[in-house]
Amino acid sequence: MNNIIYLDNAATTRISPAVRDVMEPYLGDFYGNASSLYGLGRESAKALAKARHEISEALNCEPREIYFTSGGSESNNWAIKSAVRFMERQGKRHIITSAFEHHAVLHVLEGLEKSGFEVTQLPVYENGIVRVPDLEKAIRNDTGLVVIMQVNNETGTIQPVCDIGAVTREHGIMFHTDAVQALGSVEVDIKKAGTDFLSLSGHKIHAMKGVGVLYINKKIRLLPFIEGGAQESGLRAGTENIAGIVGLAKAVQDAVNNVETKGKKLRPLREKIYREVMKLERVHLNGDYEQSVTGTLNFSFEGIEGESLLLMLDMAGICCSSGSACTSGSLDPSHVLLALGMPHEIAHGSLRISMSQYTTEAEIDKFLEVLPGVVDKLRAMSPLWEQIIKNS
Amino acid sequence: MIYSEKVMSHFAAPKNVGEIENADGIGEVGNEKCGDIMKMYLKISDGIIEDVKFKTFGCGAAIATSSIATEMIKGKPVREALKLSNKAVVEALDGLPPAKIHCSVLAEQAVKTAISDYYRRQGVDPLPIVGQIADHCEGCCENFV
Repeated sequence: MNNIIYLDNAATTRISPAVRDVMEPYLGDFYGNASSLYGLGRESAKALAKARHEISEALNCEPREIYFTSGGSESNNWAIKSAVRFMERQGKRHIITSAFEHHAVLHVLEGLEKSGFEVTQLPVYENGIVRVPDLEKAIRNDTGLVVIMQVNNETGTIQPVCDIGAVTREHGIMFHTDAVQALGSVEVDIKKAGTDFLSLSGHKIHAMKGVGVLYINKKIRLLPFIEGGAQESGLRAGTENIAGIVGLAKAVQDAVNNVETKGKKLRPLREKIYREVMKLERVHLNGDYEQSVTGTLNFSFEGIEGESLLLMLDMAGICCSSGSACTSGSLDPSHVLLALGMPHEIAHGSLRISMSQYTTEAEIDKFLEVLPGVVDKLRAMSPLWEQIIKNS
Repeated sequence: MIYSEKVMSHFAAPKNVGEIENADGIGEVGNEKCGDIMKMYLKISDGIIEDVKFKTFGCGAAIATSSIATEMIKGKPVREALKLSNKAVVEALDGLPPAKIHCSVLAEQAVKTAISDYYRRQGVDPLPIVGQIADHCEGCCENFV
């Protein structure tokens, strides 16, 4: 698998050597249960406390506000489901979100709508960014929670979380942000953003899959998500994944420390991809070139369908992703691209390229060499492309 | 979702791609909103399908089902080509993932639509011969109609 050109880092990332190194002892001799009293257990408990401390420092919050979870989806579920119980006690029933949140947010909110909560989805416009005045207008007396992601996973567009946090604080509304795609690409500073809940995932930042973080403002009392033992202050039972958590702490620190270096490295690659891809006929950038994380670009190619595009790139050893219906497992194309106001037929032809610190210029050159041929080949056999050309 | 080797080989090197000038029958099914369009061209003489070509906008399965369907009807009498079922297309491809079965239905309908067009051009009502061709979308497109 050495020759693979991996341009799907928004889906998952490789584990970094540094993360593997810090995990190693906990996959070997240090296998104690952090709840055990003897030395071996205490080693695990110490590692757990250290990891919590390191993460809280990196994110600018307190260690007791950090809870370890299985990843972004669990963190989002836990945060929202707890927040609404808190809202109920205050007699509030209204939630504001954006139209292009992750399914781990949208599906939870759909469920809550069925049990009597009201949800307002803010538009994200063609550039994929929510507007703070829209949020202010949507706020009602019974609004108790705002859920807006920091960076969108498909477009890479950055949301104004600090401005949103300022508004929610002013109105005494809780604010949850899914920062899974943000960490390592933009500043994630909890105090500055004024968030009450924040979700993170290990495998998007070169730690392992199955480990993540939920930050909860200490002023908010959480409901237990998994009942059982006393782990995670009795709120999330189950023996802790020490190796995963230790690796996560290392990955979080590296991600926070390397935001600038990574940005500097990827900026010229981003420029090159954009410049070369936009030379092709009838191609659109989805999102916003400027207000976006450096590593992610999303294009639509008229007249072709995304899954075919992915399969042909895969045959050339290149891994990307698409928001086409065929890759989403449903009949509708990506809700994210539709939220940007894109017609179905153009959303079907989307391609997301997402880089990491390991992406090289040689890989991008190879991708840019393969792409035009693949696009031409698919268009040559597309009756839709024929129509587009005829009508132009 | 995993495609069979047969699907991948038809996708990687599809057979009979292109158009036929002065075709005797042309059938187009699907729509761009659903993400699949298949267009099939037939050259027919003495009731035999002498040549067939296709163009498809769609996923890997849509391209593979079009390709194999053209292979399965090429050189066959029209009446026999009409018996091509989506099931036979799926079997010939060593199976399709459940979400992609509709692509095989689309391939069957593309063939039938092209044959209907052929009969119509001959001044023959295709309905009693070909029968009613159902909408492949099975409700997925009802929001757009």
